Amino acid sequence: MKADKILDAKGLACPMPIVKTKKAMNEIESGQVLEIHTTDKGAKNDLTAWAKSGGHELLNHEEEQDVFKFWIKKA
Amino acid sequence: MTEKKRTTIVLFSGDYDKAMAAYIIANGAAAYDHEVTIFHTFWGLNALRKDEHVPVKKTFMEKMFGKMMPRGADKMGLSRMNMGGIGQKMIKDIMKKHNAMPLPQLIEMAKEQDIKLVGCQMTVDLLGLKHEELLDGVEFAGVAAYLADAEEGNVNLFI
Repeated sequence: MKADKILDAKGLACPMPIVKTKKAMNEIESGQVLEIHTTDKGAKNDLTAWAKSGGHELLNHEEEQDVFKFWIKKA
Repeated sequence: MTEKKRTTIVLFSGDYDKAMAAYIIANGAAAYDHEVTIFHTFWGLNALRKDEHVPVKKTFMEKMFGKMMPRGADKMGLSRMNMGGIGQKMIKDIMKKHNAMPLPQLIEMAKEQDIKLVGCQMTVDLLGLKHEELLDGVEFAGVAAYLADAEEGNVNLFI
């Protein structure tokens, strides 16, 4: 999946993945896609809720060898 | 987007673990685009103390209080299993392994995210703390200022 920006949040624990995601989101334009890599097992629920609250669209997520990948389209 | 949501937290506790919970929620709320205020009162004020000795004029009682309370977030003990400080050292080691952010860094992150850190002036006086001993950027206020933030709040916690 194509992304405009990739955020490497691997190894970080709560609340850092969400804090970093928010920062990275501020750096992209509306309609652009942010790809997030994390190893935090709580991230799926966290990022889903966070994206919904901000009106962003969680396009897709995958799990690959303990790394969770998310694609969020900025509202 | 609509007007910003607001989170207010009263940090009463001077325990490392409880303060950590408060600051994690605060940082999360800031990432949720909330305006966040942490109102520190009583033992919670110790999280805002600078870790170095600041020369200020104090009465005997104030000096005693200053010596008995932890000087800064890093010196605070756990609410359970502190075991005279051994538990606190153990949890810090474990946190490092799990890449969890230590409390002083969570406070730094809170400042970076423009979280409003407020010290309750009445309890600052009671505990004999001086403004110079507390972190830069901390505001001082009373119950009315806290309520002004809290009454517009969407999330309000007492820790």
